Amino acid sequence: MGAESSPKIAIVDESPIRAAILEEGLREAGFTDVVHISEMQSLLSRIYALDPDVIVIDLENPSRDILEQMFQVSRAVRRPIAMFVDQSDAASIQASVDAGVSAYIVDGLKKERLKPILDLCISRFNAFARLQDELDRTKSALEDRKVIDRAKGILMKLKGLTEDEAYVLLRSTAMREKKKIGEIAQSILTASELLK
Amino acid sequence: MTKALHIGFIPLIDAAALIVAVEKGFAAAEGLDVTLTREVSWSNVRDKLNIGLFDAAHLLAPVAIASSLGLGHIKVPIIAPVNLGLNGNAITVSPALHAAIMAELDGDRFDPMATALALSRVVASRRKSAAEPLTFGMTFPFSTHNYQLRFWMAAGGVDPDEDIRLVVLPPLYMVDSIASGQIDGFCVGAPWNSIAVDRGVGQILHFVSDILVRAAEKVLAIRQGWSEKNPDLVAALVRVAFRAAEFIEQSENRIEVARILARREHVGVDVDVILRTLEGRLKISADGTIRESSRYLLVGREGAPRPDPTQAAWLYAQMVRWGQVAMSSEALATAKAVFRPDLYDAALGLRQEADRGAVHSIGAFAGPTFDPADVAGYLASVKGSRRVL
Repeated sequence: MGAESSPKIAIVDESPIRAAILEEGLREAGFTDVVHISEMQSLLSRIYALDPDVIVIDLENPSRDILEQMFQVSRAVRRPIAMFVDQSDAASIQASVDAGVSAYIVDGLKKERLKPILDLCISRFNAFARLQDELDRTKSALEDRKVIDRAKGILMKLKGLTEDEAYVLLRSTAMREKKKIGEIAQSILTASELLK
Repeated sequence: MTKALHIGFIPLIDAAALIVAVEKGFAAAEGLDVTLTREVSWSNVRDKLNIGLFDAAHLLAPVAIASSLGLGHIKVPIIAPVNLGLNGNAITVSPALHAAIMAELDGDRFDPMATALALSRVVASRRKSAAEPLTFGMTFPFSTHNYQLRFWMAAGGVDPDEDIRLVVLPPLYMVDSIASGQIDGFCVGAPWNSIAVDRGVGQILHFVSDILVRAAEKVLAIRQGWSEKNPDLVAALVRVAFRAAEFIEQSENRIEVARILARREHVGVDVDVILRTLEGRLKISADGTIRESSRYLLVGREGAPRPDPTQAAWLYAQMVRWGQVAMSSEALATAKAVFRPDLYDAALGLRQEADRGAVHSIGAFAGPTFDPADVAGYLASVKGSRRVL
């Protein structure tokens, strides 16, 4: 690898969406040589065949332990690989573990060149986690809305309320019991199931 | 006042003492509010312990030593004030390799010297027919599994680097990998050997207790710096692990323990498989053959929880033997100091030597007797090694 050329980066991630987000970020930042590995079988031989300069892996991936093997001197290894560890840079390690990503650097690549790659991975991993959170919240909000609609229906039928009155009753009960409206609605559904 | 602690673990049976400590209230009784976090890799456990996301962790004993020596990763001194398990691993091979070894066997099939010599004959005949080398899985470069496989193979004259491919695989992937033929055998902890047997894709060739009578396996690992700032919490953790280990060893508690461990958030496998492990009654082949051992996994009995620096010295000697680190008396001293029987004795109030139940032995089936005071002499006389100078 020449000093000016883009280092070859392998992304080991079973999540295609996160890998795509990461890949896009890296390309935008000028790292054009990016390969995504999604299949964990024969991971090591895939990596040896690719011969990357940097390997990025998510921390939810059990295959991380497989990468640790590459530090060992073995006849199978062509180039020694080390995790990006710098005794003086605990903050980077903390940030990457918090974000859920880990980077391995292949001997020959200067640490200064890894730093921007790692920073980018951390920010993209965090962005993905936020997206995931939002998605989860949206999903549960949708779920809640369905449950609330059904609970309103039950109240309207049993107590002869209008939809607005049923909703006000749910909301005031939730406030009084310091619970979420969704929880009160769920307990109405459960109770009505029991009393059927 | 309760103190909140975060402890990481890998879903294996030898995390039992921590899981039971929380579920049966031993932790709460010491004023500890422990949150257990299940992890997917030893690298994650190590890193989260090292940077302080975990206060303590269920950790491979050699990883605690490697971390203290700065091997393979950032150097963070770790201490082990209590063991979570001795032994508990087994070597499982594919039915095809089992048949090949049995065909070459001259002696008892549970005699590791006989099987190691048979393995060397299998290796030689494969080489003659230009077959691919056999591949064995183990769980981590700095793992008891790695050293136990190497110890066994080398005793039979098999070079674990030249004659065999040793590959790291997460425990979770072992069974699928042997089923798909990617590997021919593996050494792993419970319950994965039993699961391979139940699925008909593996036969248990050896309990690790055939190879080593006493082998430190998992420890409760704590950062040394944290332990110095929190001596009372360390002592409380030792007592908690000790009491849970005693509870686990009572036969009347076994079913309850197995049910707790079987839960999804813990180990997440069948109660029956866990029971077999706890009882040391393992099905070793698909035809239902049962093999019993009183030494399969030691959690609370035979002084298992007390850390023994002799074990740390033995593990360090294996690191030197296989070229992971150069021999030095400073590094040996560092390795031994990871295991802290002094903290264990103090926490449990064991003032008399006789109360401590100290056992210093490895009990290897082959090679010179291990003397922690003469590791260099041991390494000079052991057969087969890949030392770096």
